Amino acid sequence: MAKRIALECSHAISLAVKLANVDVIAAYPITPQTHIVERLSEYVADGELDAEYINVESEHSAMSACIGASAVGARCFTATAGQGLALMHEMLFIAAGNRLPIVMAVANRCLSPNLSIWGDQSDMMASKDCGWIQMYGENAQEVFDLTLQAFRIAEDERVLLPVAVNFDGFYVTHVIESLTVLEQEEVNRFLPPRRKAKYTLHPDNPTTWGPIGLPDIQTELKYQLEKAIQNSKKVIKEVWREYGEISGRYYDVFEPYRLEDAEVAILMMGGHCGTARIAVDRLREKGLKVGLIKLRLFRPFPFEELVEATKHLKALAVVDKAFSPGGFGGPIFSEVRSAFYDLDVKPRIVGFIAGLGGRDIRVDEFMGLAEKVLRGEKIEKNYVFLQVRE
Amino acid sequence: MSEEKYFKTLKDLPKEELFVQGHRACSGCGEAIAVRHIMKAIGPNCIVISPTGCLEVVSSPYPYTSWAVPWYHVAFENAASVASGVEAALKVLMRKGVLEKKKIHVVAIAGDGGTVDIGFQALSGALERGHGFAYICLDNEAYMNTGIQRSGATPYGAWTTTSAVGKAIRGKVQWKKNMPAIVASHGIPYVATACPAYPVDLVNKVKRAVEIEGPAYVHVLTPCVPGWRIPSNISIKVARLAVQTGIFPLYEIKDGKLTLTVKVPKRKHVKEYLKLQGRFAHLTDEEIEKIQERVDRESESLGLGPRA
Amino acid sequence: MSQKNEFKLNPKPSWKELPIASIIPQPSTSRFYLTGDWRSFRPVIDKDKCVGCGLCWSYCPDAAIKWFEDGSVEVDLNYCKGCGVCAEECPAKAITMVEEVEE
Repeated sequence: MAKRIALECSHAISLAVKLANVDVIAAYPITPQTHIVERLSEYVADGELDAEYINVESEHSAMSACIGASAVGARCFTATAGQGLALMHEMLFIAAGNRLPIVMAVANRCLSPNLSIWGDQSDMMASKDCGWIQMYGENAQEVFDLTLQAFRIAEDERVLLPVAVNFDGFYVTHVIESLTVLEQEEVNRFLPPRRKAKYTLHPDNPTTWGPIGLPDIQTELKYQLEKAIQNSKKVIKEVWREYGEISGRYYDVFEPYRLEDAEVAILMMGGHCGTARIAVDRLREKGLKVGLIKLRLFRPFPFEELVEATKHLKALAVVDKAFSPGGFGGPIFSEVRSAFYDLDVKPRIVGFIAGLGGRDIRVDEFMGLAEKVLRGEKIEKNYVFLQVRE
Repeated sequence: MSEEKYFKTLKDLPKEELFVQGHRACSGCGEAIAVRHIMKAIGPNCIVISPTGCLEVVSSPYPYTSWAVPWYHVAFENAASVASGVEAALKVLMRKGVLEKKKIHVVAIAGDGGTVDIGFQALSGALERGHGFAYICLDNEAYMNTGIQRSGATPYGAWTTTSAVGKAIRGKVQWKKNMPAIVASHGIPYVATACPAYPVDLVNKVKRAVEIEGPAYVHVLTPCVPGWRIPSNISIKVARLAVQTGIFPLYEIKDGKLTLTVKVPKRKHVKEYLKLQGRFAHLTDEEIEKIQERVDRESESLGLGPRA
Repeated sequence: MSQKNEFKLNPKPSWKELPIASIIPQPSTSRFYLTGDWRSFRPVIDKDKCVGCGLCWSYCPDAAIKWFEDGSVEVDLNYCKGCGVCAEECPAKAITMVEEVEE
């Protein structure tokens, strides 16, 4: 029977990792992630989880240890945030390129300088091209579910890619919420206790991993990765459907809110979607047709699904908690603009950069940006930094 | 007290090659000679992790692998942390009954750049955590794979492409980092130095390193033909002279106790070693004496005996 | 350990043919990559002088010298790069390096 409990969102991830019966955990402290690995340490110390818990000396080594363990066939987990993710940047590409189904939680945090422990999404966005499947959760329930699903998706033989489960630092990580958890038997039915792998490092079948990438094979190697991540979307949807049947909670690449008759929609990822929903409700009370799209899957990016669901809109207001200095606004904004380029009739797409370094985005700010777009106000370059004091 | 020896003579070494023919190491490569012996000592029951470097490049261009054993290259700076993960995975998967319980040696074989410089932190962390693995450093005393650049293991006075010899500065102005001593200060059960000119000594040390419980470290001096500016036929001769001059003493440190494994009763003058190598060709007598004085001091503290 | 004698890996595979992550699924395949043509000098062993100590076998960087049970040795010219370490180290001076000439 489904059990309803209250947990800090970080601990909801720890619980999912325990239920996934992981073999190896690489742990290095960094705010606002640390609560995840602290709880896992307790599980291992109490004998509730039989895993090797490696207290690595850096995040770079956290990912390196997961890479080594995963190549032997172990189910591996690590968690990080901000600077830690940046430090493991190089290893992220290798985990994906070597097709290792590692699962990592990222408590999204602003990148330095200045040193900021507070949330935005600049960390994962700086690593968005690393070849990982990237999902964003909003609350305890969602990050619990996404973490369990992540193992199943990563290890699917048609996928074999690492998965990052993102959730906003502090705004989500440290919040205590109620959620419904799966029982161990239900998890075991959903996620096979052992992963299968065609090749593993073992003397019974000696294989050579990570050969030098001469130009003769490098293009084919990269193309394999591209095919794998593009094709993973089908598997992700399949896994979400199956999980829905078990849990009653159905997921999709994004989650629409009051979208059917909307003229304008706010589009964003993560914890601020809760605030945006309130803004949508208030605007609706004023008779304004505004909706919300909470984007869940960033990689592979759901171009077709997004276009299909939003092409009837007059405008899309994309809110990014990250930006590309010298580039074209925020990373989600860029993707959404690309998605619509080939359409003759398309919504106006406007970008808003907000919530950097832990600055809250208030209900009135969401209302303000939506109204700006509804009014058809001209925005130079089509994207704008909100919240900057002149 | 001499330990039991796993191999008494060359005849005791397995004939089977686990680092096989067709690798693309330079003609006369001291590292290749060492790795052949290292693999014979380890045997087939192992997983080898190599960071970026000469060894990786010469042994793995797809589809030609020189490895008869499972082998993994991940990156430059993290052989020890990858090995940590491999060891942890084997441990837990055997404990859970997924893998058959048997000793599988986890061995990192790295270069000096990947060990004393960029891989230093990962190595120190893995040693402190006490993983059951052996780390073997193949020290050719510079970044040879990128074309002979100075590393923390490059000796004083040596020319490299980034410690040029000119009017103002004459080669590397710092002394070589004493990595075995740094490793030993982690208090791990086994540390040794070795070189391919003494193959039986080398294989016994590597075997001990993989058999011992907990982390072990073997630092192997491996002459580099292009990098040391030597003819291809003298890589062993030079390695032997490094030992006979006291520049590279062969010892092992077991549970904190240091024992010299190759005695050098009549130490040769360092110039016999230096003069064979183009990388030291610019050294003046004064500079050579400066090196000799330091070697004398270090030899004395190790009990290596006086100069001939 | 299985040492397969056949080698079927395409050095320029299609992306589908390339094993996942370009893992080389077969051990010791560099045996099919001959390095003998690097050589400009070849070692010639004087069997009368050879004492069968095996040092040349031990010191060969390319595992190009076979050392048999009776102590005799043989150079595998498919792999020998002609470095001359064997000749330099032979205690019986039984190995001579002879220049390779175009046939």
